[in-house]
Amino acid sequence: MSYWRMPLDAVRREIVLGKVNIISHRCKGCRYCIEFCPSNTLAESEDFNEKGYHPPYVKSDAKCVNCNYCETICPEFAIFVTELEPRNLLPEDVVKTQSRSRRRTRRE
Amino acid sequence: MKIRFIDAEAPPASRIFENLAAGHGDHPLDRYLKKGRIPHIWCSGCGNGILLAAFVKAMEKGNFDTKKTVVVSGIGCIGRAAGYLDLDTYHTTHGRAIPFATGLKLANPKLNVVVISGDGDLFAIGGNHFIHAARRNVDITVICSNNFNYGMTGGQGGPTTPLESKTTTTPYGCSEHPFNLVYLAKASGAVYVARWTALHTHELRDSIIHSVNKPGFCFVEAITPCPTAHGRRNKLGDGLSMMKSYRDNSVLTTELDPEETAIGLKGKIAVGEFVDIDKPTFMDMYDECAICRANAPKKSKKS
Ligand SMILES: Cc1ncc(C[n+]2csc(CCOP(=O)(O)OP(=O)(O)O)c2C)c(N)n1
Ligand code: SF4
Ligand code: SF4
Ligand code: SF4
Repeated sequence: MSYWRMPLDAVRREIVLGKVNIISHRCKGCRYCIEFCPSNTLAESEDFNEKGYHPPYVKSDAKCVNCNYCETICPEFAIFVTELEPRNLLPEDVVKTQSRSRRRTRRE
Repeated sequence: MKIRFIDAEAPPASRIFENLAAGHGDHPLDRYLKKGRIPHIWCSGCGNGILLAAFVKAMEKGNFDTKKTVVVSGIGCIGRAAGYLDLDTYHTTHGRAIPFATGLKLANPKLNVVVISGDGDLFAIGGNHFIHAARRNVDITVICSNNFNYGMTGGQGGPTTPLESKTTTTPYGCSEHPFNLVYLAKASGAVYVARWTALHTHELRDSIIHSVNKPGFCFVEAITPCPTAHGRRNKLGDGLSMMKSYRDNSVLTTELDPEETAIGLKGKIAVGEFVDIDKPTFMDMYDECAICRANAPKKSKKS
């Protein structure tokens, strides 16, 4: 999740994070989990699994928000998420890549 | 070159099974699946796996009793779903899932009886069973994986194949008008009718929970991608592009008359819950009318 600045009520709020578990050998490479993940957490790996497909992997800078969508969309029972301890937003979670005005123009 | 044959003994069946079942339980949903059955046979990108996952999620979220939930399926790719579930499941003959399920429900009304089958199975060879079970309002749930063709036998045209779509039996495009399953279910008397695509996993799960808990004949249609047969012949791309087209073309509506929800080869797909009414079920009516009257004291004839 990206924020353009630290939210003012950040100390009072907790964020939900998930840990993605991938059972690579079951994957049949449909890419549904990669494409439909709302927080863009997954990517296709270069390696092949034993069936000859490219299973997904979790990107190093990604933050899974534990929405469970990849788990429900996977036709192969190859991916599931476990909830991590909720915690406060930390300064390193705030990705300050876009200024407020740039966000506006992008949305238009 | 001289070929040498090695006298090797075949491994015992128990060891083959052990190998197949290795890794069972790695996924939290595996507890609803039969040991050693995953990977399933479905193609990469096939929507049947998503429907199976939605059903399993419904069992989990809806707290269905695994001892009291039974699944019946017919023949076809999706018909395999019954075999993967670790419940009392029945893989019946082609088209006969609904009569089998009706019998189960009447013999033991405490069961949650769910039919999971394909569009060809339920609406071609089994079409009569569908309309009459809906008419009688038998208390079962029917979930149809609609992939617009007969996937298992190589992609023939069936009762839901949209006009102009290419199948092995309609190489120049289908010239028959298809069924609109939502409209058909409503007209036949179903008390709950919903349609979702394989992309609407959470809605599909919630519709399944609602249907199983609701008395009466409930019908859930899941539009599923069949990239191998229907997608390939109609140049709809791989599973991912079919799913993307569902995302772009699905229109959530509750207001639309079921008559207007027909699906074409391309274009909009109306999704949502279209019917949710209450009506006495077959067993209610039977108990009330037939059995009560039969047991009532006979009127003595006065001369
Ligand atoms: C009595 C009988 N007739 C024909 C068949 C051949 N057959 C097997 S599966 C199938 C069609 C299944 O289509 P559908 O229900 O749409 O399921 P899908 O494979 O698309 O999931 C047919 C015609 C059969 N098995 N038994
Ligand atoms: S749980 Fe949601 S956010 Fe996390 S990886 Fe899966 S789809 Fe992405
Ligand atoms: S959805 Fe499942 S099968 Fe498809 S790419 Fe992701 S992990 Fe693999
Ligand atoms: S043929 Fe179609 S319906 Fe059958 S498993 Fe393959 S993609 Fe699925």
